[in-house]
Order: sequence, then structure tokens, then C-alpha cells
Amino acid sequence: MDILYFAWLRERIGVPRERVETGAATVRDLVAELSARDAGYAAAFADLSALRVALDQELSEFDAPLSGVREVAFFPPMTGG
Amino acid sequence: MDIRVQAEAFDAGAELNRFSAGAEGAGGVVSFTGVVRDLPGGGLTAMEIEHYPGMTEKALTDFAAQAMDRWALSDVLVIHRYGALAPGAQIMMVATAAPHRRAAFEAADYLMDYLKSRAPFWKKEITTEGADWVAAKAQDEADLDRW
Repeated sequence: MDILYFAWLRERIGVPRERVETGAATVRDLVAELSARDAGYAAAFADLSALRVALDQELSEFDAPLSGVREVAFFPPMTGG
Repeated sequence: MDIRVQAEAFDAGAELNRFSAGAEGAGGVVSFTGVVRDLPGGGLTAMEIEHYPGMTEKALTDFAAQAMDRWALSDVLVIHRYGALAPGAQIMMVATAAPHRRAAFEAADYLMDYLKSRAPFWKKEITTEGADWVAAKAQDEADLDRW
């Protein structure tokens, strides 16, 4: 599964994307796996209310299932326009 | 429907004329152009706009299709830039064409609200003091509830 990061989350994690092998059932489970890696990931994902998630390029929720999903993107609230 | 995500500058006047000329059955055209606002007293070096290639185009096409359907528009134009933009530069434009003015105004307003809070763009202000990501405003989120 490809994981993408944008804006300050990308800067904090240090890479724009990475490929992970995971058996996580939901986005929340995936976040827990990533956060367990090191203090940097844990800090970046500390406040999920400050983050949004997209599954295969559609906005989604942290409780959404990951079955069949190929691309997960995490980012702060959007500021377009 | 014409949806463009690009680094290059665009000519808002020429785009509006071309769009208006091509909008069959329209009785009115509304357009909005977003511009990089300098900080009070100056000091903004650039506004850097990051986006999510692929999702951005999909989201903008989706919003435009919803607006076309809901307000029975003749046509929609959305142009949004990314990259480093100087103060005063045009960031984006939306134009809507409809048989009657109210539909064109409302659809443009709707598109702007969705572009602000649901299209995957992130702005970073580069100033003489440093760089800071622009935070989303609660008001922008509240604006979505109007629709």
C-alpha cells in the first residue's frame, strides 16, 4: 500500500510517500502502526482531529476499512481557493 | 466543463471572454478570481501552493459536475494554480454560465466554498521572517453547511 503525506505532515514525516506492508483493518489501525515506529511518527499523528485522510483519492474517515485500498493519503485540512 | 490544474499563469480576461463566447444558452456569466494577498504592511515573499496530483483533478471535476447538475448550468470553468506565487499573482478562477443570474452566482459561490475546504490544496506563506502553513478557518468549514 502506498502512503502519501502532504503539507506540514510531509515535512514532519520527512518523505512525501512510502510503501508499507500492513495488515491494518482500518485507517485508525494503520495510524497506530505508523505511530509505533518512532517518536517522529507518533508526534505527527498525535492529534488526528488536525488531520484528514483520503483513500484512493477520495476523502474518507479514520474508521474506514482499508480492504482493497491501494493509496492512503494523510494531510492537514485543505486551504485551496 | 473545463477544469485545469497548472503551474503556469493564466489570463483571466481572455479566459472569461473565451468561456462566455462558448457558453450556449447562457443569459449570464459570473466569475471569481483569487489573488495572492500580501501581509498587512508587506513582507510576503511568496505563497507556495502544494496539491495532490490526481485527487485534485478528480475533486474539482466532481464539484463542477455537481454544480452543473444542481443549478442546470450551461458551462463551468475552474483554473487553479500550484507552485510558488508572488503577491498580487492570480491563484485561481471560477466562472459559471447559466440561463439566469441567480444560478450563476450561487454556483460560483458553492464552487468557491468547496475549492477552499475540500480540494486538496495547501498554502504556505513565505515571509521575510520565515515560512508558515496557512491554517484552515472554522468559518470556511461552516460555509459548507450553506449548501
